[in-house]
Amino acid sequence: MTAETPAATAIDRFVTQIGAQVAAYLDACVHCGQCAEACHFYEVSGDPRHTPAYKLVPLARAYRRHKAPFARLKRTLGLAPAELEEADLREWQDLIYDTCTMCGRCTMVCPMGIDIASLVGLQRRGFAAAGIGPEDLFEVAENSRIKGSPLGATPKVLAERIEWLSDEHEVEIPLDKAQADVLLTVSSIETMKYPQSIVAMARLLNHAGENWTLSSKGYEATNFGVLSGKSDVAKLMLTKIVEAAESVGAKLVVIPECGHAYGALRWTGATMMGRPLPFQVMHITEYLAKLKREGRLKLKPMAKSVTYHDPCQISRRGGATEEARFLLSDFAQDFREMAPTGNANWCCGGGGGVAAIASATELRRKVFEIKMQQVADTGAESMVSACANCRQTLDDGKAHYEWDREIDSLVEIIADHLVEA
Amino acid sequence: MTFLELTEGPLWYAASAIFVVGVLWRLAGIVRLGGPRDLSVPRASATAGAIKGIFLHMVPHGGFFSRTKFHFFAGYLFHLGLFVLVLFAAPHVLFIEERLLGFGWPALPRWGFILVAEATFAGLILLWLRRLTDPVMRQLSDGDDLAGTVLTFVALLTGCLALQESHDSLRALHMLSVEVLMVYFPFSRLMHAFTFAFSRAYTGASYGRRGVVP
Repeated sequence: MTAETPAATAIDRFVTQIGAQVAAYLDACVHCGQCAEACHFYEVSGDPRHTPAYKLVPLARAYRRHKAPFARLKRTLGLAPAELEEADLREWQDLIYDTCTMCGRCTMVCPMGIDIASLVGLQRRGFAAAGIGPEDLFEVAENSRIKGSPLGATPKVLAERIEWLSDEHEVEIPLDKAQADVLLTVSSIETMKYPQSIVAMARLLNHAGENWTLSSKGYEATNFGVLSGKSDVAKLMLTKIVEAAESVGAKLVVIPECGHAYGALRWTGATMMGRPLPFQVMHITEYLAKLKREGRLKLKPMAKSVTYHDPCQISRRGGATEEARFLLSDFAQDFREMAPTGNANWCCGGGGGVAAIASATELRRKVFEIKMQQVADTGAESMVSACANCRQTLDDGKAHYEWDREIDSLVEIIADHLVEA
Repeated sequence: MTFLELTEGPLWYAASAIFVVGVLWRLAGIVRLGGPRDLSVPRASATAGAIKGIFLHMVPHGGFFSRTKFHFFAGYLFHLGLFVLVLFAAPHVLFIEERLLGFGWPALPRWGFILVAEATFAGLILLWLRRLTDPVMRQLSDGDDLAGTVLTFVALLTGCLALQESHDSLRALHMLSVEVLMVYFPFSRLMHAFTFAFSRAYTGASYGRRGVVP
């Protein structure tokens, strides 16, 4: 197939990415629609178009026409679905980007266990290759390519920030050490919006006595290549971190409070790089839980009532659901689980790059109403989370609704309660 | 050759061949597509995750039951009923013994057949009505969904008509409707009867590695 038009490019990308797993998913869907019951966007809109399985129509059509068993026979007999056209892709753009955070909640309710989120991610790669998608999200991804960071935190900006934070908070934040056991990465959301989070991580690593560093060669964990579907940017961002870790001889790379950054490096990094990674990858909550298990994290108890918002990519799709709870146990004297919680928790509404898509704002804020209700039902004063993207989404909702609860970072509250030796 | 002999002879063998070869061809066609090997360091066993995934999605989990109980009850009513009818209806047991395996097993009594058949019909009709009326299912459904439902319904209906064994033509009609269903099966979404296990296992394995089976 020659990819001359946007539609042909997208079809080509779809078809080349379809392996046995994707084919099994597309062949197993019985159009029962139960996935709608798990989707926060359908929950607040009631629009049947927002049904997760419906978001897969472009991919399913390309599969049935070009790659499924009997596709050729069906094409010959005129029984294959019509070829996708650019108008179809444009019609599905808001379903692929604005109204899917790739949170994976729909997989839980699917009787076939279809990982719809990963199929949306696959479609984004086809859409992005065809140049069809939200311009603002694409621009942020391009920023990563050009400046090394989606929000413009170039190595120079990072160095200035580190110097300022180091002076301001009287904390040592090593940058570009020649050798270190631990490479810490940051999220540009933290660098630009929540710099105190970097201070908190630095204090915790120093408290643990780690030989650690940040590296100007690879510091940006946020991967808008993954979120936008721009595979080349995704690999570029991963490569920088991998090479930085290798250059300092790191045994461990710590991912900051950023959900998809964890999934990108921890669960898809090695496969995308095409080789096993020569270091361990941990989300900051996993790392802190390890310190706590080893008796290296002494905390003063916290009296405030708190609940925990599970970042989808850390809990449901990351498998580190219990780490945050282990950290909060004993330490948070009044911890209250929201309902549903853990792997079944509702998404913040801004993951998967949706927070960066302006046209998604109205619906995203409606999704925040679910979270407000969940927190209100617990009666907790504060909602903590472990993802800067969730945090900025939740902060936006809080400001929009003038909500009266606090939103905190788990890492920051832990750092604030450290018992210094 | 009578109509019954035709449906129990050449047509039966042709439909069976298309069904078996078609199903195997389609499953092999899926598996042969392969995919990149997951090089991440697993947190837990992918195999255990795959097995867990297959069984976990048989039952509602994650707190969704109150929202999906219609599908749960109607779905199980239909699928379990169909399973029992296919394997335990007396004429089927006899057919399997005489034509396929050479041995049989205890069959449903007549009252049991009627009870299970009614439950199966109820399940299928409920799911069908839902597909026709629920905005979400209407948005998703296509001709294949309709064809699969209609063919299954007709096969069930002719099966009930043939139970009396009063007319050869009714038995032949049932044979024919089942044969049409069998020929349609490998090319349609009815394949979910097999692909469900692959789909659940793939998700269970991928996420089982991560220490979670969603």
